[in-house]
Amino acid sequence: ADLPATKNNRWATLEKVTDSSLVTTYNNFYEFGTDKSDPARHALSLKTRPWSVVVEGECNRPRTFAIEDLLKLAPMEERIYKFRCVEAWSVVVPWIGYPLSRLLKAVEPNSRAKFVAFETLADPQQMPGLRSPVLDWPYKEGLRMDEAMHELALLTFGQYGKVLPNQSGAPIRMVLPWKYGFKSIKSIVRIRLTEKQPPTSWNDSAPREYGFFSNVNPMVDHPRWSQATERRLGEGALGGLFAPRRKTELFNGYAEAVQGLYAGLDLKKWF
Amino acid sequence: MVLNQWRQPQTLRRLVWVLVSLPLAWLMAKALAIELGANPVETLEHETGSWALILLLASLAVTPLRQWTGWGFVAPLRRTLGLFGFAYAALHVLIYAVLDRSLLWSELLADLVKRPYVMLGMAAFTLLLVLACTSPRRVVKRLGAARWKVLHRAVYLAVPLAVLHFTWLKMDKNLLARPLSYAAVLGVLLGLRLWWLKRPARGAAGLQSSPAGE
Repeated sequence: ADLPATKNNRWATLEKVTDSSLVTTYNNFYEFGTDKSDPARHALSLKTRPWSVVVEGECNRPRTFAIEDLLKLAPMEERIYKFRCVEAWSVVVPWIGYPLSRLLKAVEPNSRAKFVAFETLADPQQMPGLRSPVLDWPYKEGLRMDEAMHELALLTFGQYGKVLPNQSGAPIRMVLPWKYGFKSIKSIVRIRLTEKQPPTSWNDSAPREYGFFSNVNPMVDHPRWSQATERRLGEGALGGLFAPRRKTELFNGYAEAVQGLYAGLDLKKWF
Repeated sequence: MVLNQWRQPQTLRRLVWVLVSLPLAWLMAKALAIELGANPVETLEHETGSWALILLLASLAVTPLRQWTGWGFVAPLRRTLGLFGFAYAALHVLIYAVLDRSLLWSELLADLVKRPYVMLGMAAFTLLLVLACTSPRRVVKRLGAARWKVLHRAVYLAVPLAVLHFTWLKMDKNLLARPLSYAAVLGVLLGLRLWWLKRPARGAAGLQSSPAGE
């Protein structure tokens, strides 16, 4: 279904948008299988209505939002973001949504709210991947409060002019273009404001490899591969067979917008 | 009559050539049709790597198969399958260096010294390269059968290194089902050989290896 939105030119990269057929068939969404072609094949079983999101924790007005209310909470914007996976591939996607800050302000965070924790749905009936113990389900992610309130942090409902396809995290996900893709949690059912840094799935699974921040950084390698360069999907002859690698940019090219969040922080230590 | 035809080394070997070339033909056709998915370089890397492992394991399975069934005619396949395993491994390394890393030597070198799984893979490939180079009949003759035999025992190091290379890559993501199934097959194939070694009567026949052809 179409999802009308106003284009936000402030946050529209001029780089070539990746073909939607690639973005919808190459996904990491382990709840539907660990192969990147699995989510497109298995996520049809995800029921996105009815859907609700619990927003709770350190706030004055915790409540459960029906997806219909969230769709109406703020005006929909289209933003064309670069999206860089920790596996060293990247895409350019027109997302549709509004800043997460709009939702957080609606529940009035209190002074103890220092972090935001997110959880993905974990229903074995709908998600065949939960049978395998690749991660400790449900999938969990988290942000520091100032990151969560940053205007780039997009609460996302659609892409390419339409509502999100299931494999892309329908009906509601995060998109954080300056961080590795796994921080952009999919199919969210719970958002909790916390005083302490919440546990996050990949950091729990392999703390040496995946930090809490996971900001895109060409200077900090993943232990098993370099992050200095990336492969842009769909670029080059024969569907990308002969494309040279691109240089990865600090904060995925969004340094000007976000580096203030990390002033004085040793990015090598806090990767 | 038909059965005898199959048992001709030439016929059997040609049949195996065709069979093990099929994955490559299939991959090339898919590449030209732009049907290798969103990340064709990664697909080619994974596929050639998997086929290299499968064919190397198949090569190690020939002697146990012969032992078990008494089918002497399968013996030459050990060499055929081994060489094809090497060919897929060579393609895998080429695709990695040329298509994936765009021949950026600094990155390739950094990968090699910093990443254990790349090191393991390159060690396995170097051994296989030596084995492939000493595989032609005239090289075997020059080396002499005894030395050839000792040298080619390196396959018992190369294949475990290759399996370890794959396992290491998948290890921290807990995606171990496939690497561990390869390791299990390898364990059985190597275990059989150890078992034969302990039973000298059959062991002599079990580890009997002679260069090329037979």
